[in-house]
Amino acid sequence: MGEPSRRGNAVLVAATYLTVLAVLVLPVVLVMVEALRAGLGAAWRSLLDPDALSAIRLTLLVTLVATIVNTAGGIMAAWLVTKYRFRGRGVLVALIELPISVSPVIAGLVWLLLFGRQGWWGDWLDRHHIQIAFATPGIVLATLFVTFPYVARTLMPFMEQQGREAEEAAFLLGAGFWRTLWRVTLPDARWALLSGILLTTARAIGEFGAVSVVSGHIPGLTETMPLHIETLYNGYQTVAAFTMAALLALIAMATVLLRSFLEHDFRKGSS
Amino acid sequence: MVFCLRRRDGLPGLSLSIAFTLVWIGLIVVLPLTALVLRPWQDGGGVMLRALHDTRMYAALRVSFGCAALAAAIDVPLGLLLAWALVRARLPGRRAIDALIDLPFALPTAVTGITLATLYGPTGWIGALLARAGIRVAYTPAGIVVALMFVGLPFIVRAVEPVLRGLPPELEEAGLLLGASPVQNFRRVILPPLLPPLVAGFSLAFARCIGEYGSVIFIAGNQPFHSEIAPLLIVVRLQEYDYEGATAIALILLLSALVCMTGVAALRRRVSRGLVARGAA
Repeated sequence: MGEPSRRGNAVLVAATYLTVLAVLVLPVVLVMVEALRAGLGAAWRSLLDPDALSAIRLTLLVTLVATIVNTAGGIMAAWLVTKYRFRGRGVLVALIELPISVSPVIAGLVWLLLFGRQGWWGDWLDRHHIQIAFATPGIVLATLFVTFPYVARTLMPFMEQQGREAEEAAFLLGAGFWRTLWRVTLPDARWALLSGILLTTARAIGEFGAVSVVSGHIPGLTETMPLHIETLYNGYQTVAAFTMAALLALIAMATVLLRSFLEHDFRKGSS
Repeated sequence: MVFCLRRRDGLPGLSLSIAFTLVWIGLIVVLPLTALVLRPWQDGGGVMLRALHDTRMYAALRVSFGCAALAAAIDVPLGLLLAWALVRARLPGRRAIDALIDLPFALPTAVTGITLATLYGPTGWIGALLARAGIRVAYTPAGIVVALMFVGLPFIVRAVEPVLRGLPPELEEAGLLLGASPVQNFRRVILPPLLPPLVAGFSLAFARCIGEYGSVIFIAGNQPFHSEIAPLLIVVRLQEYDYEGATAIALILLLSALVCMTGVAALRRRVSRGLVARGAA
């Protein structure tokens, strides 16, 4: 085992702490300080504002739908890609991972090209008084696109490692597809699945660019929490803006910590 | 797509999972991206040609690509430092730091945006210090670089870390024992195996940064031709109901990101093949 010299190690540790503090910790501290600048009471009251509550409600709804759809899709896709061998498998994996490299703004734009007033189906939707763009369905679609890969992506390497012996045994013993998935595959992959769901949830709650393009920014109606932060910040309501930001930052930190524990577990479990 | 299955694939649920997966991918990814690719040619290529003569677009692309490259380049040594400390140092609080490194990835971009704009603003904790030295960061292209550095950092650390973990520390000691100076040792022994993951990390960070929006717009100043990033120009074009202009910029950004990702995938394959071959020898 190569132990670095004591002085070398001290310098390395100091430089690491400095970088982590300046780049990663300082912003989080600032969010909390700005949120509590006028006291806890003012921060709390700012969250009870009707527009803030409406933003929280909309965010929860959008997150719930996006997480459920992409978890279901992610599980099925991971099963398909890891338990069978077929031509076109690579293409499928590439398509699943594609949304990661798409700018959030583009992830919003694509839905306007379909459902916006100048979009392919804009006229038809208009005539039938169905609103998708600049309304909740558009926000859900944009969030679905942005959070698309995470469950599948966390599950795939794990399920690949699992192999398929356990599933084949379950099948020979008479279990059907759902039973095998539910009783054999998923219990084994539960930590990876949970980690993927956590990431999906966190990204869904915090999505800004994609949602911003399709939202229409109507406070109290089509604003999610991140969009409401922008409105508050641009309206110089700093305490309210940072209070909502603090709420999101706490969720992000909890997500990151939980995932780190989970990953530690399934890394240990698999080795 | 042709699905040619091997005979031993007797597990149930194949057609069900194929159907489910194809509908899921088709509706959420393929359909909207098809619209993006086809839209500019719908009324003939003329619209696309006109959009490509837009000088403001080129300025925005220059700002986006330049700032993303600079930010990713600054992140390379920082990311290498953090990865090195995580793998090799006796580091108190390693688990906490390991978790914190993913924070930029989980923190909502709007939160990052208003926080960095305040931190580096003229009266912010860091901004006030810099102002005394005569340096302005917020509302200049430098602000864009600062925001993108924050966003790109985890990509470098997470690309280098696993490769570093696989390198025996004896390698570095051997170099020193054989009489190499620390600088020589770093250049000749340590750097070569880390170069591919560093390039991969750089490309991933760059690809992410050229599309970044939320964390940048609050700190950037957003002046056309000066500090306006390409994703913001897409939003501006959309507000002007210029869907073609918006789509042209979007296509260029998307293609650039895809080139980066393809490069990374090729690099990864080469690296893993190299490691396998070395392990077998």
